[in-house]
Amino acid sequence: MRFTEVLAFAVRGVTANKLRSALTTLGILIGVASVILLIAVGNGASVSVQQSIAGLGTNVLTISPQRAQAGSSARPLTVDDATALADPVEAPAVKSASPVVSTSATAAHADVSHSVSQFLGTDPAYFETTNSAVAQGSPFSADDVAQGRKVVVIGATVATELFPGAAPVGQTILVNNIPFTVVGVLASKGSSGLQDADDTAVAPLSTVRNALTGYGSLSQIVVQATGPDALTAAQAQVTTILDGRHGIGFGGTADYRVLSQEQLLTARTATTDTFTVLLAAVAAISLLVGGIGVTNIMLVTVTERIREIGIRKAVGARRSSILGQFLLEATMLSLFGGALGVAAAFIGAQFTIAGITPVIVPSSVLLAFAVSALIGLFFGSYPAGRAARLRPIEALRHE
Amino acid sequence: MTPAIEVRDLRKTYGSGDTAVHALRGLDLTVDRGEYLAIMGASGSGKSTLLNVLGCLDVPTSGRYLLDGIDTAEFGEAQLGLLRNRKIGFVFQSFNLIPRTTALANVELPLVYAGVRRAERRLRANAALRLVGLAERAHHRPNELSGGQQQRVAIARALVTGPAIVLADEPTGNLDTRSSQEVMGILDRLHASGRTVVLITHEDDVAAHANRVVRVVDGRIVENRFTGVLA
Ligand SMILES: Nc1ncnc2c1ncn2[C@@H]1O[C@H](COP(=O)(O)OP(=O)(O)OP(=O)(O)O)[C@@H](O)[C@H]1O
Ligand SMILES: [Mg+2]
Repeated sequence: MRFTEVLAFAVRGVTANKLRSALTTLGILIGVASVILLIAVGNGASVSVQQSIAGLGTNVLTISPQRAQAGSSARPLTVDDATALADPVEAPAVKSASPVVSTSATAAHADVSHSVSQFLGTDPAYFETTNSAVAQGSPFSADDVAQGRKVVVIGATVATELFPGAAPVGQTILVNNIPFTVVGVLASKGSSGLQDADDTAVAPLSTVRNALTGYGSLSQIVVQATGPDALTAAQAQVTTILDGRHGIGFGGTADYRVLSQEQLLTARTATTDTFTVLLAAVAAISLLVGGIGVTNIMLVTVTERIREIGIRKAVGARRSSILGQFLLEATMLSLFGGALGVAAAFIGAQFTIAGITPVIVPSSVLLAFAVSALIGLFFGSYPAGRAARLRPIEALRHE
Repeated sequence: MTPAIEVRDLRKTYGSGDTAVHALRGLDLTVDRGEYLAIMGASGSGKSTLLNVLGCLDVPTSGRYLLDGIDTAEFGEAQLGLLRNRKIGFVFQSFNLIPRTTALANVELPLVYAGVRRAERRLRANAALRLVGLAERAHHRPNELSGGQQQRVAIARALVTGPAIVLADEPTGNLDTRSSQEVMGILDRLHASGRTVVLITHEDDVAAHANRVVRVVDGRIVENRFTGVLA
């Protein structure tokens, strides 16, 4: 018996019960599409985090305080630390060092209020160091910092929230009920997937400490090296100076942490990788559930057609041609469902999902497709193989 | 000349232990080539069990079954398939057509498994349907056909490969008088063309078509009666 004949039987078998075939296809479609799409969302998140960190600038070190080990007390990061780091003799590789305090605050204008997730206090060098371009107006000056003037540069999200359709520069906003004058608006950096980089406001360090945070430890010191090549030297100089100032001996545990942008990238990518793995696990479960659905339908299909198998054997069908027919039916359904699932995933990836633009991982397409095909084959072949081994009369008697 | 069918001490037991059912208890039967045999007997006496064994659809528990002088116990699954395909045509009481499939495709089925090419298959299947008077119904599905018509499709399927032996289990059991006469007319013609025909029936006027009638009681043959018209 030729392959084309078996194929013809299989096609007829699939088209004989269109609703059931459609449901099987749908099960595989959903499984495959969700695997590809969820992995794409996870991947999209990590891609955008990478982009947002890359947006920080290439020669930046971030110093943040760290909890002390038991037995030693942690010294806070201070403005004097930042000043010491900017010393051209002690730290020739450092171009500038900006002290940063960070808090969240509620900003209001007229009767609109908005909670700013990152309200920063720092010095003017911060704008250049972090690649934060000012789109309207201008950054505040060193004099503003020295005088503790209540001026602020707001992020794009804050601007659109508080001043829909109006120019913010020159207006006054209330930050935790303290009036600040808007002197500039930052250019949009876009969403980093997990957090909105534009939901921010930057004001002079002295003002923010005085009005909002008090005089505790700095949240960060952002150091700019003289160039990308000087980054390693800058990191060494920063460590030497801070170790000296914080009294940390050789081999002691530092109470601060210096991270280059690359290290930051690794740390953040690790977080989103966890996120991707989680999504992939959810997706794998949905593929499994889809697979069980296919198995179920294949079982029902074969059981329901055991009489047909009996008839075919009674008129001379070999075991192999019966097995071939059912395997082909299962394969056609899972390949068709898989192909539609891939198509659905590609369409779905055109949309933004939960603020994340999905980026499809090619290997996930292959994986989802192969798994769905194997599920169909494996679970289709088992009941069909069992039925094909029956004696014709047993199959014919089947209820 | 070797007989077409020869069974010796055939036994078939369903189940085991206390619940075992002895459907055949040492049955002997010889059917010569070209014979027209009717098997009668009470319900549950083992007629269908016997015919299923003769049709190679089932295997006996013990005993020998020689088909054309060859012991069927020697055949493997592939050869049994070949026998069912080429040598034996089986007609079931309940038709056993494949649903949602046209009469023509049903009749073509044995030819597909015989590896006959498409064009020739069409030709032979249509000829078989013409023989049973259903040429114009070739493209109807089983659920669009009457019981009598379905049984004639089943007969067309049984004879399409030109088997030497045609076995029919109560072929008229589900049919009215008129359809029964049509079906018996076809079987008569098959016999007239030289085939061996074995059928099971409960009706005397159906049995009257045969040359010989055997009666099965409790899994054995107790009566062997030749009717007037001897082959
Ligand atoms: N698959 C089976 N499992 C168990 N017992 C069976 C099976 N098939 C048949 N039997 C039993 O074997 C005996 C013979 O059955 P068989 O079908 O051969 O009878 P029959 O002579 O064809 O009857 P009828 O005229 O009603 O068709 C019956 O007692 C029946 O209950
Ligand atoms: Mg019976």
